[in-house]
Amino acid sequence: MSVVLEVRDLQKTFGAVVAAKDINVTVNEHEIIGIIGANGAGKTTFVNMVTGYLKPTSGQIEFTGRNLIGLPPREITKLGISRSFQVPQVFMSESVFDNLLMAYAIAEETGMGLLSPLYNDERAERVDSHLRRYQIAEYRNATASTLPQGTRKLLDIAMAAVRKPTILMLDEPTSGISAEEKFGLMDIIMDALRLDDTTVLFIEHDMEIVERYVSRVLAFYQGEVICDAPTAEAMVDPGVREFVIGEEYHRTRTENGGSEHA
Amino acid sequence: MLTLIAILVDGLIYSSYLFMVAVGLTVIFGVMKILNVTHGSFYAFGAYMSATLVGIYYQTDLPEFGGFLAIFGAALVVGLFFGVVLERGLLRFLYHRDEHTIVLATFAMFLVLEDVLLMIWGTDPYYATEPMGLLGFIDYEALSYDLYRLSFIALAIVVGLGLWLGLTRTKWGKILLAVIFDREISQAMGINVTVVFLVTFVIGSILGALGGAYIAPTISVSPGIGVEVIVLAFAVVVIGGMGSIPGAMIGSLLVGISRAAAVHKFPEIELFVIYAIMAAVLAFRPEGLFAPAQARKI
Amino acid sequence: MRHIDKTVVGLTIAFLALLFADFFMAEWMRFIGLQSLARGTVALGLLVLWRTGLVSFGHALYFGFGAYAAAMLTLLGYHDAFFLVFAGTLIAGLLAFLLGFLLRRYRAIFFALLNMAFSMILYGVIVKTEALGSTDGFSVLAPTFLGYAPEGEAVQTTLFLFTLVFTYLITLGVHLYLKTTLGGMSMAVRENEIRVEYLGYSAEKVIHFKYVLSGLVAGFGGAIMALAIGQVDPDSMANWTVSGEFVFITILSGIGNVAATFVGALVFELIRTYAFEYAPQFWQFILGGSLLAIIMFLPDGIWSVLSRLRKAEKAPSP
Repeated sequence: MSVVLEVRDLQKTFGAVVAAKDINVTVNEHEIIGIIGANGAGKTTFVNMVTGYLKPTSGQIEFTGRNLIGLPPREITKLGISRSFQVPQVFMSESVFDNLLMAYAIAEETGMGLLSPLYNDERAERVDSHLRRYQIAEYRNATASTLPQGTRKLLDIAMAAVRKPTILMLDEPTSGISAEEKFGLMDIIMDALRLDDTTVLFIEHDMEIVERYVSRVLAFYQGEVICDAPTAEAMVDPGVREFVIGEEYHRTRTENGGSEHA
Repeated sequence: MLTLIAILVDGLIYSSYLFMVAVGLTVIFGVMKILNVTHGSFYAFGAYMSATLVGIYYQTDLPEFGGFLAIFGAALVVGLFFGVVLERGLLRFLYHRDEHTIVLATFAMFLVLEDVLLMIWGTDPYYATEPMGLLGFIDYEALSYDLYRLSFIALAIVVGLGLWLGLTRTKWGKILLAVIFDREISQAMGINVTVVFLVTFVIGSILGALGGAYIAPTISVSPGIGVEVIVLAFAVVVIGGMGSIPGAMIGSLLVGISRAAAVHKFPEIELFVIYAIMAAVLAFRPEGLFAPAQARKI
Repeated sequence: MRHIDKTVVGLTIAFLALLFADFFMAEWMRFIGLQSLARGTVALGLLVLWRTGLVSFGHALYFGFGAYAAAMLTLLGYHDAFFLVFAGTLIAGLLAFLLGFLLRRYRAIFFALLNMAFSMILYGVIVKTEALGSTDGFSVLAPTFLGYAPEGEAVQTTLFLFTLVFTYLITLGVHLYLKTTLGGMSMAVRENEIRVEYLGYSAEKVIHFKYVLSGLVAGFGGAIMALAIGQVDPDSMANWTVSGEFVFITILSGIGNVAATFVGALVFELIRTYAFEYAPQFWQFILGGSLLAIIMFLPDGIWSVLSRLRKAEKAPSP
């Protein structure tokens, strides 16, 4: 296993507010990592910094040995880190097919190629197979704004995965999804990403999801990583239990005790 | 030295004038997110109405200082009438459309009103200089200022302070700030946004008309004054940050004093000063000097 | 899945028909036609911007720049239409390229107004410059065409032919461009810039490219207009109301199809001609009133009526 992402001493302050502090994380190839923490703990800020949306106040971010600090999101995307969003960022008034067609076209064309037709049959074929992989083929011609929440999230993630990124960061893939649908949704996502051996970091509030799909946990609290450990270990970490999970968790955990590894 | 004083005084007068015409535009934009091109029509109608009423007033034997009542009355009549008619009759049908469409609708209305103005008042200029004569002049060495023009400064301060106090010290102001911050949540919390919009638009209209009404005695009121003003007001508002009242003030001062300096020192560049400032400010601060805060996007 | 592009076919038929008609058209019709082609080409650029979610209230800048550039070259002794129009187009495009670095950072109303501010600077410069005839402008001599120097009515006939060929090519080019990846990115940038960035392309670059394109075609329209009416003056070439007229044509046409732009331009030109003929004092009233009517009752422009009619025809009868 080789290191793909290395984050050292990352800091981010907004005026007097410290949004990220002393973050040190090393991510290996093919890992599936869960990022947990209460609202405002700095999870999304972390993702925003790694993907270039926010510039860190100080610190290092290296992706396969390359410094990412100062690069805009598009450059980082081209290098191989993609992301999805808590609120799906799709082309709302377009069909699912056209959303992905555009995603493929941007991924595949550069320079003068941008002036070749957007649509061609081979690209359409790739889009359709991608739709099947994410099990949204039945919505192919539906307008994105009319999609059910879960489907729109799948579309958002499918668009992020078009480039076959080395690392995919998912910002709360199951937020806004009913409890019954969550596992089905995560199964689709994880199965699809496994085909490309994608390294996944995802932000999640539901500890059952974390326990089922994740091998390692990063727990955030007030901008700091208070725990970085294999899932089973993290779940019993006193800091995590106090600041992230809270007492109510104990009950649900014992009910689903058998589903701990991903 | 004398030139410097002249620049400062001229600049302040011009700034006050700019603030008067820009503040209504920024109030409407701040609350409703509408860039209201008809603002130029409010200004023009205010000026014509003022000139007409002042003219009628001075044909009577009423006390001379009552002429000011005619000016404020003109602003009120024009602002109330157009404010209510345009908001209820046109804008409310467009709130769900995108902002370009709304600007275009107000632009279209502006064109219509330009010709309506000509139908009512014709192409001959109007003069209503009586109120100006009332206040007399003030001399300082070689400089001479009429007090009426100097009173622009007082009026701008009164209007600016009034709006600021109204926004920060009254319940209405708080409601307005809530609507500015988040229209949907305000609505959910029981604020009647429909009424807030109507009142805001009418206030903005009255301010626009007041700018025209008050300046009328100092100019020849003639066709085309609306166009000139709308372009100026846009520039000031964009420089200051759209929707910000302090921004409108700073923008007015910046433009007003620079223009006065240009008039005294380099008259040939007078026309470009405003746009040059606008381009310079925007190159460094894209949202203007006092941009309202933006919410997190992702 | 090869199918025939109806727009290409339609444009080609219209092109050939007009080409033929040129030799039989009444002079006033040709004059209206020329102006429609010139303004329609400008609106074509606005259509591309509009699809990207951007509206410019200042494209008279490029229109005026192209017109004055071509006109000034005639003062220097150049009279070849190919050269004049090419130069006008290019110089407007160059200006758009330079200003684009600033403007591509702006969206929505800021973009619209900054464009207007820049166009007003040009207007101010022209009005203040005595050498350019100030508010009166100056007249432009009839052009030659690669050595051929027509006289009398032949000037307009040849100019119409010349304009028609280039407008046809430009329109076809824009139509095909809209189907490319870069062309399609109009939609992507309008709908969600964040997603575009995270898919790996710069939204600002997309906008810059489209802006230059719109500047080029506006310069073309301006140069043609200067030759067509044989005169340039600030009020009909560079004033902000001119920009407003382009926006008017765009909204009248709708952004559904490039061909609609010319239908819209023609309708505009007809309204304008008749308004000036019969009720010049109501021109703004008529313009504003029709604009309001379109906004309220025909939000997607003329094209939406045409496509609605077509759909109604195709729908199976109950």
